[in-house]
Amino acid sequence: MLQYVLKRVLLTIPTLIGAAALVFLLMRLIPGDICLVRLGGGGASFDPKALASCHTEIGVDRPVIVQFLEFMWGAVRLDFGTSMWSGKPVIVEIAARLPISLEIAIMATVVAVALAIPLGTISALKQGTWLDVAVRVFAIGGIATPSFWLGIVSVLLVLDLTNWIGGKPWMPPIDYVPLWQDPIHNLSMAMLPALTVGYRYAAVTMRMTRSTMLEVMKEDYIRTARAKGLINKLIINRHALKNALLPIVTLIGIEFAFLIGGLVVTEQVFNLNGVGRLFVQAVQNQDYTLTQALVMLTVTVFVFTNLAVDLLYAWLDPRIRFN
Amino acid sequence: MSTTTADPDALDLRPPAWSRAVRFCQRQPLGSFGLVLVVIVAITGIFAELLAPYNPTANDFSSMTEAPSLAHLLGTDQFGRDLMSRIIFGARTALIVGLSSAFVGGLLGLVLGVGSAYFGGTIDLLLQRVFDVVMAFPLIIMALAIVSIFGTGVHNVIIAITIPLIPRCARVVRSAALVIREVPYVDAARACGYGHVRIIMRHMSPNVMAPFLIMVTAFVGQAILAEASLSYLGLGVQEPVPAWGLMLQGGAEEYASTAPWIAIFPGVAIMLSVLGINLFGDALRDTLDPKLRDR
Repeated sequence: MLQYVLKRVLLTIPTLIGAAALVFLLMRLIPGDICLVRLGGGGASFDPKALASCHTEIGVDRPVIVQFLEFMWGAVRLDFGTSMWSGKPVIVEIAARLPISLEIAIMATVVAVALAIPLGTISALKQGTWLDVAVRVFAIGGIATPSFWLGIVSVLLVLDLTNWIGGKPWMPPIDYVPLWQDPIHNLSMAMLPALTVGYRYAAVTMRMTRSTMLEVMKEDYIRTARAKGLINKLIINRHALKNALLPIVTLIGIEFAFLIGGLVVTEQVFNLNGVGRLFVQAVQNQDYTLTQALVMLTVTVFVFTNLAVDLLYAWLDPRIRFN
Repeated sequence: MSTTTADPDALDLRPPAWSRAVRFCQRQPLGSFGLVLVVIVAITGIFAELLAPYNPTANDFSSMTEAPSLAHLLGTDQFGRDLMSRIIFGARTALIVGLSSAFVGGLLGLVLGVGSAYFGGTIDLLLQRVFDVVMAFPLIIMALAIVSIFGTGVHNVIIAITIPLIPRCARVVRSAALVIREVPYVDAARACGYGHVRIIMRHMSPNVMAPFLIMVTAFVGQAILAEASLSYLGLGVQEPVPAWGLMLQGGAEEYASTAPWIAIFPGVAIMLSVLGINLFGDALRDTLDPKLRDR
């Protein structure tokens, strides 16, 4: 087991270095001079001295390899420089927006798991019935529906519904208040975005639950359990679901990392100041240092989630541990 | 040594194409429904000029945010543009972006995946690490990073969506090709002295078509969704090009309560086309994948 853990942990290093190199390269491919964009941003004419001092300031006048090593060293120390737009340290900008995105991501995962596992199991157990078809259509609808559109429509529905019931339209709040300070405010802000992102997440997990349950139910040990007279509930909970959970756990882990992608659009719809929205703003403002840091952050979260899933999988499945 | 050449038609014992199509519809009613949706979107996109009642980019300030009526079946937007015409032309944008990203990404993935499996060794190891790195970027994040470099517009959106799809296809194709590599006919081809390119393209690639087609079908749906998301964020297709995601940006939210049709119809168009592709893709997977085939 220790050897497996070590191997998996070491394998993340080349991926992260490669990702950092790719991010660095992508940002260097941007046509034009970053300093020209910066100096031209004010609309005033600039002198060559200002351009040269800007080059020295952001360090683009040094050899590329030195710049890369410095970027890597900064990334290791979580020092990504300052935002080219706000002038604040990038890490401060990100830290301020992280709680909101993290909360929505966790809530969406809870929604997804709570919907997907029971519905997926029922769908598999009732294969071919109208219930199975209904769950499958619901699931495939979740994959086809763009989350930002679902967001717009859900806000519209809330507005109309509250107007109809209370005579006054109500909009969910957009400012972040920690859960422990004002739980009602916090939850009414996060609920709709979590449901919108969670629907797709639930849909993907539901399909996986259904197919693995169908596979597991055909296994010999299920037949044995039936033959020895175990009651159905026990067979499903203790024998089938427990074994079917492995690939589902993997998927939940991988999809959690992909949530960040979903948040990019959802936060825009709900006007929430999370990391996803910061990303869009960074790209729109051509704030390369911030974009670079955010891409690196996403990739790191993704790589580490994958690592955690693999380790969890090895811990749950003895066949992997002992190979 | 003399060889007898059999009549290829006599060897084809499969039922005729129409009867296979009928059987597909009977076995896969949801998949057939998906196919119908896909065909509708394709016809709409191809014949947009003939089908659209109005010019999709022409403003008409005398009929702004008009509700659906006989003159404008799906209403008009905040510039008085006919929504139905914009949705019809939007199908073309979605098809162009969806099909080109999926096919170019899929084909490059196919060649790299089969090549990686065929050569093995260091090349395979290196390619795998590169795929690992690219796949560590969620699709939309990678697309955003690429758009920040190349800028917006249809062509750049296609590039931005194609690149992250390549390793996803290559991964799946490689695992199928690893099995094919061990099959005697590849050894036979090698013994005949055929070149690497010929073996990869003529002998191995056709045999990984099932996972490839399943992947490409799924990619079309993913690409349409990614394009819609990018355009919605203002980082994809730009005005005045009619695109579904773009139609949901700005005006759709601003006028959501007074003119909800602006927000509803483009979303329905995205949903139905991606739903169609996914339903068809699922049926295709069940039909092509022998492990899932219930025969």
